[in-house]
Amino acid sequence: MKKYLWPSVKLTVLLLVLLGGLYPLFLSAVAKMAPGKGDGVTVTANGKVVGYENIGQKFTEDKYFWSRPSTADYNAAGSGGSNKAAGNEDYLKVVQERIDTFMAHNPGVKKQDIPAELVTASASGLDPNLSPAAAYVQIARVAKARGISEEKVKQIVDAGIERPVLGLFGPATVNVLKLNVTLDK
Amino acid sequence: MTTEILGVIATYGLTLLLAWPLARYIVKVFKGERTWSDFMAPLERLFYKISGINPKEEMTWKEHLKALLTINMVWFVYAFFALMFQDKLPLNPDGNPGQSADLAFNTAISFVVNCNLQHYSGESGVTYFTQLFVLAFLQFVSAATGIAALIVVFKAFKEKTTTKLGNFWEFFLKSITRILLPFSVVIALILIFNGTPASYAGKDTVVTMQGDTVNVSRGPAAGFVAIKHLGTNGGGWFGANSAHPLENPTYITWATEMVAQVVIPIALVFALGMFINRRKFAYVIFGIMTIGMLCLLIPSMQAEINGNPAIAQMGVQQATGAMEGKEVRFGPAATGYWSTVTTIISTGSVCGWHDSTMPLTGMMQLLGMMLNCFYGGCGVGILNYYIYIIIAVFISGLMVGRTPEFMGHKLEAREVKIAALITLLSPFLILAGTALSSYVLAHHPDANWAVKPSAWLNNPGYHGFSEMLYEYTSANANNGSGFEGLGDGNIFWNVSTGFVLILGRFLPIVGPLAIAGLMASKKYVPASAGTLRTDSLTFGVMTFAVIVILTALAYFPALALGPIAEYFSLYR
Repeated sequence: MKKYLWPSVKLTVLLLVLLGGLYPLFLSAVAKMAPGKGDGVTVTANGKVVGYENIGQKFTEDKYFWSRPSTADYNAAGSGGSNKAAGNEDYLKVVQERIDTFMAHNPGVKKQDIPAELVTASASGLDPNLSPAAAYVQIARVAKARGISEEKVKQIVDAGIERPVLGLFGPATVNVLKLNVTLDK
Repeated sequence: MTTEILGVIATYGLTLLLAWPLARYIVKVFKGERTWSDFMAPLERLFYKISGINPKEEMTWKEHLKALLTINMVWFVYAFFALMFQDKLPLNPDGNPGQSADLAFNTAISFVVNCNLQHYSGESGVTYFTQLFVLAFLQFVSAATGIAALIVVFKAFKEKTTTKLGNFWEFFLKSITRILLPFSVVIALILIFNGTPASYAGKDTVVTMQGDTVNVSRGPAAGFVAIKHLGTNGGGWFGANSAHPLENPTYITWATEMVAQVVIPIALVFALGMFINRRKFAYVIFGIMTIGMLCLLIPSMQAEINGNPAIAQMGVQQATGAMEGKEVRFGPAATGYWSTVTTIISTGSVCGWHDSTMPLTGMMQLLGMMLNCFYGGCGVGILNYYIYIIIAVFISGLMVGRTPEFMGHKLEAREVKIAALITLLSPFLILAGTALSSYVLAHHPDANWAVKPSAWLNNPGYHGFSEMLYEYTSANANNGSGFEGLGDGNIFWNVSTGFVLILGRFLPIVGPLAIAGLMASKKYVPASAGTLRTDSLTFGVMTFAVIVILTALAYFPALALGPIAEYFSLYR
């Protein structure tokens, strides 16, 4: 063992410089050319930064599209999900409460039209997206709260839908923050 | 849902397309032939010179192991102290505290052994210094350790009779300079241009549209996320791992990370065939591994797409499947695929929480880790599969009444004993650990510890048992994912899984290396009509049967108490 100790220590130090030092420094330098300059991509409204494109936000007012339930309360100082099992009784009660809350704020919406993602917590607690169906189901409420036509709101949602990659791969999504920024314009 | 399934198929197809040329490249690198990456050679020579290493010095299998274990020990000592005193070191913009001794013990081991169990959260439990100079560093070198060990075994297969099996330092360093580092740069750049942060800026504070003040954790994450996948490590920069929208911002990055984590394990299988010039042998292994993966994958994806029956009963719509603990930009098909791949190849990164997946999916995740050989982690996957091959050769030999042979060498009592011990090790560590924690939980629920055992579990009943079973399975398989509801950031779990991690990593490297080394030093017996052909489909099926039977015998009772019981109580 002793024969290998010094080579091990010296090689470790050299690799620390290469992998711990130079590698991330190089990447951070290249990232200056990327969107957001490697600091994360922000969203601005009226010249003010209102959030990060990829980090979801909490919306509780009726005039905004709501994001999904979050166990991190949309504070990206941390992140995480509920880790509740599918059959956990306490968890299922929470889901039922979310359904009731949603129904109360969205009169006229049938229960079978509520997508499950609106009553289940995301993995990161920061999910910035909804599926198109989960946005559509909120149109009536948003339109009423803003006093504009449902047609108009639907147009804004449709314009905000991000299609699957090449139209073929992965789910279609809507970015909730960007959608709400557009609504406020 | 169609586009989601298409996305999974396309991602797997892309992996295979890339694995083939990668395999040819890997073989060239380790045979010392000319490649495009020869511009790294001066750097390697400099490293050898300063470290006092002669890369031409051939080592026996014992010398390989000594070098491997020595450098791993150095890393552990360094990592342990760096994590404990990280608050006194530079690059800590968020002012995070040092780790407690038991947490540093667990974290250091966990990253040294390529597991990345992470009993802390990336945003608050480590600093930029320890993320980059300890954790990401270990992600590189632990993967390189696995690849180097595998190349030693390749050498042993290739030679007729020899005790000289190449130089460990050369295999190790080339794994980094020629494979892991250059490809990590490529992966990281893709992530950076899709929104993953890479600067050294600390937390940002934002006032949201509704007027809440929130923080946003950031940091030089892109390079970390690249090597965490390429090296089948799996430890996340952020607490939510690859479900975090900065760590994995889009479907493109999802596919990139997905390809990155499984491309080297698959390429190494192809490389085996090319290196020892027995391509058919490698194809059969690849075929069996792929069938094994599909057996785990299809039920998982189906269960996730169909959704949670308990939520269906409430009357809401589950067109996007079971969404608890999942992200909309990935959906259930992609998350199901990821959960299978990450458990069979010992990555352990997640893009959705395993704790909240359906019972059947949870069982497939557990099985993936218990088997731990379908593609498998960087290097070690094939080593695990090799043990099963030895057992299969031995049993086949008994069935036909001949002394078993493998690669032209007689397989005798000593090698079979080593293989049998390694096979028994995993069930022993997993089941003994789970039994111990269950005992403590049942008989000492109010023990006066930092976290009382009664507060460990996040879910009652069968699923709670699965949480404990999962933790030890993940530790033994050096996987690193978890049923993360488990309250594992305390001394009982830090210490007990710490020991499982060490044994579950190094013995399954020592065993195959010893067998291969011992066999290679024996007299070469040319193949004859009576030789068992290990490159035939029959033998492939035989190996598969051995894997299935051994796994079923070892784990069925535990699985019955956990996910199987949960399945029958949920789908009434």
